[in-house]
Amino acid sequence: MGSPFNIYMTGVGGQGIGLLAELLARAAAQAGLPTKGCDTHGLAQRGGIVSSHLRLGSGAHSPLVEAGRADLVVALERCEALRALRTMLAPAGLLLWYDASWQPLDVRLGRARAVETEDVFAEAAARGVTARRVFREDLDDPRRQNMALVADIAGAGLIPGIGLEHYRAALADLLDGSALAKNLAVLEGANP
Amino acid sequence: MKDLGAMLLGRAAFSELAIGNTALVRAMIEGGARVVTSYPGSPTPEIAEAIRAIPKDKRPFYFEFSTNEKVALEVAFGAAINGHSSVVFFKSVGLNVAADSFVQLALMRILGGMVVVLGDDPGANSSQNEQDNRHYARMAAIPVLEPATAQESYAMMLEAIAMARRTMSVVILRMTTHVCHAKELLHFSAWNDPPLDRAPRFDPDAANYIPLAASVAPLKREALARLERTRLEFERSPFNRVLSSSSRRGIIVAGTARLSLADCLEGVCGRPTVLELGTVFPLPRGLVRDFLAAHEEVKILEELDPVLELDIKALAYDAGLKTRIIGKVDPEELIGEYLPEKVRSILEATWPGLLGTTKASTVAAPAAIARPATLAAVSAPAILSAAALTALPARPPQLCPGCGHRSAFHAIKKALAGDDITVADIGCHTLGYLEPYRMGRVLLSMGHSTSTASGLSIFNESRKVLCFIGDSTFFHAGMPGIVNAVYNSHNVTLVVMENGTTAMTGHQDHPGAGRNFNGESPKIPVRQALEGLGVTNIREVDAYRQSELESLVRAAVAESGFKVVIARHPCMLKLTREARRKPGWTARRVTIDQESCSLARLCVADFGCPSFQRCGDGRIEVHKDLCIGDGSCKQVCPSTAIVDDKGGE
Ligand SMILES: Cc1ncc(C[n+]2csc(CCOP(=O)(O)OP(=O)(O)O)c2C)c(N)n1
Repeated sequence: MGSPFNIYMTGVGGQGIGLLAELLARAAAQAGLPTKGCDTHGLAQRGGIVSSHLRLGSGAHSPLVEAGRADLVVALERCEALRALRTMLAPAGLLLWYDASWQPLDVRLGRARAVETEDVFAEAAARGVTARRVFREDLDDPRRQNMALVADIAGAGLIPGIGLEHYRAALADLLDGSALAKNLAVLEGANP
Repeated sequence: MKDLGAMLLGRAAFSELAIGNTALVRAMIEGGARVVTSYPGSPTPEIAEAIRAIPKDKRPFYFEFSTNEKVALEVAFGAAINGHSSVVFFKSVGLNVAADSFVQLALMRILGGMVVVLGDDPGANSSQNEQDNRHYARMAAIPVLEPATAQESYAMMLEAIAMARRTMSVVILRMTTHVCHAKELLHFSAWNDPPLDRAPRFDPDAANYIPLAASVAPLKREALARLERTRLEFERSPFNRVLSSSSRRGIIVAGTARLSLADCLEGVCGRPTVLELGTVFPLPRGLVRDFLAAHEEVKILEELDPVLELDIKALAYDAGLKTRIIGKVDPEELIGEYLPEKVRSILEATWPGLLGTTKASTVAAPAAIARPATLAAVSAPAILSAAALTALPARPPQLCPGCGHRSAFHAIKKALAGDDITVADIGCHTLGYLEPYRMGRVLLSMGHSTSTASGLSIFNESRKVLCFIGDSTFFHAGMPGIVNAVYNSHNVTLVVMENGTTAMTGHQDHPGAGRNFNGESPKIPVRQALEGLGVTNIREVDAYRQSELESLVRAAVAESGFKVVIARHPCMLKLTREARRKPGWTARRVTIDQESCSLARLCVADFGCPSFQRCGDGRIEVHKDLCIGDGSCKQVCPSTAIVDDKGGE
């Protein structure tokens, strides 16, 4: 038995992490990888932190990724990207984040400094991990930022063993009609 | 997977990626459950979501959301003594509400069998405590099965239904948050819909259903005898497993701690023998005794309270065993979830060095999941600058953009003096206790607010007492406290935060909504219910009308006796989601006219809608991804700088 590939997804309630997590899990299952995962909701719907765990390959027992052992962190928000970089990412892991900013209350009240894009790069560099930023000017609907991340994951092959066809099939398994078409367009857009 | 309902009804065996909560529904179908009831509460609402996916006329069982957990349990009980296999599910603290009836269940001959599914919440992920409901099982003499995975949830639910029917009694399936929500590829069996027997088979002559005085002892004797028969069955249950090794060390483990333990022991040399318990009450004493006797040291690894530990230590004492039994050593072992990292630290404290020697195989990934080059390239971490490690701001949950509760808090705060007392209740509006509102500063349980406020009003002539309640909670447990406040004329102002739904747990309907789970139902307006309860002093207003609400509350708190103000506004999260699905929907937003903005920043500091973001230069801007254009914020701005965004897409 080898060690599983651990993915930790994070963001703010309302950003669409549920679909992201379901899509990655289904793509993994499509690719024939043993798949275990778990969403952690909490009071998430109300603008708190939402996260989801996914563990691929054999040798995974708990559906939860142990702190500091995520091979890949996928964040939908900048501040949460930095938080997960500190708490969840493995020393040799990769951080992928969509560069949206949803300011926490203390930032809005002027009591804390907002996290800037450079902060994420700087800290990733200092920790010796790779950070990949995604931002798409062309998205007309913020609810498809999650798909922009999937497009990058698929394009760069960031999850071993899962190919673009698996993401495509997973998406078709979950959505239909115009929602499917629009999400597919975002997914294919980054296909190199 | 698009059609979850059709999938759940499939007659042939199949496999599907799904969560534990969904697995329970397939088990209800295959197991022949006929009456299922619930009251919403995390981590269980997805069970009802899966049931909702099955069209009502195709559902092999009746389902309802009852008004509270006690009612739900009683409806399921009534159906079961009539011969129908029944299931009731609710969250951990729901059992406190249901307890008064629950503790009688083992005394009853439950013809169709009944399963109580508990959604316990170690770690209090979304609850007011992390109570360990295994204690209730002992008090009520009811057996407990506890799965660790989604697949096991399905298997145990099937067995719980069958066992309850076989023994004509009650069985608890104790789920926990991360079993309810654990996702994996699940394998389901085939199913053949047996005909529904509608005959009402309740027979009060075949068994005694009146536990009263002299009849209690024989009923209790029978309940204990049944529990002992169950214990004997559990000795041979496939849900308990010994993972052998030749160690003199053993671990007894249950629930999700089993998975965390397996992760920690992956690749470890000289691992202890593990006894995994799936039947956690009554304890399979023979199995445990043999396990203890075969080891010199045994660690008991159980989340929350030392329930197994106390049983096991007593057993070892009675059996005269010399095994060193290691229970909870540090009080921290009683707190929080047994996540992999927690189990790792407990094991390291128990047997230092145990986890230190891992086999090489855990380091090398197999070919199928070999990491891409980008992941493998690691440079030695440089020393982090102090600035890089500044603490990140916390992200407490927030009321959603457009939430009527926000408008209400903003207005009501102005009507009260700084030292007046505000009492919270449970629901989205609990979040009013956070900054910037600080409204509702004490919380016990659903429906407590009016009675706690009543107590706070006694001898109190200087500080006004105002309490909140949501409309679902009003029907759940709010009414007795209100009747009491009327009956004993307490000096309290109650604000009903009426948003037409059970928002916090995912928008379930309630008796004031005009709909139940199965369709239209007579609407019971909160106002009418209040009048029926004898409340005469009632005011009402749309929560968005902030100055009107403020003056109504000002007037109400100035009067004596029990007063109610209904602050009404539909849940905007629900409304916006529904609106988005309609054709022709266009996004609306507000924007800030930077010319007129005087930088008073009340929109951020007092109103606190998360759509308002602070720019580096101190200006405020509206976040395009967050704003829903409801405009409830406009009245807050002293320089009327918040205006409709005409450029919105
Ligand atoms: C005994 C009990 N059952 C269920 C819950 C879960 N729960 C949390 S809030 C809530 C109801 C909220 O509805 P409502 O009172 O209408 O307030 P809203 O969230 O809509 O503002 C429920 C059922 C609980 N905390 N305690």
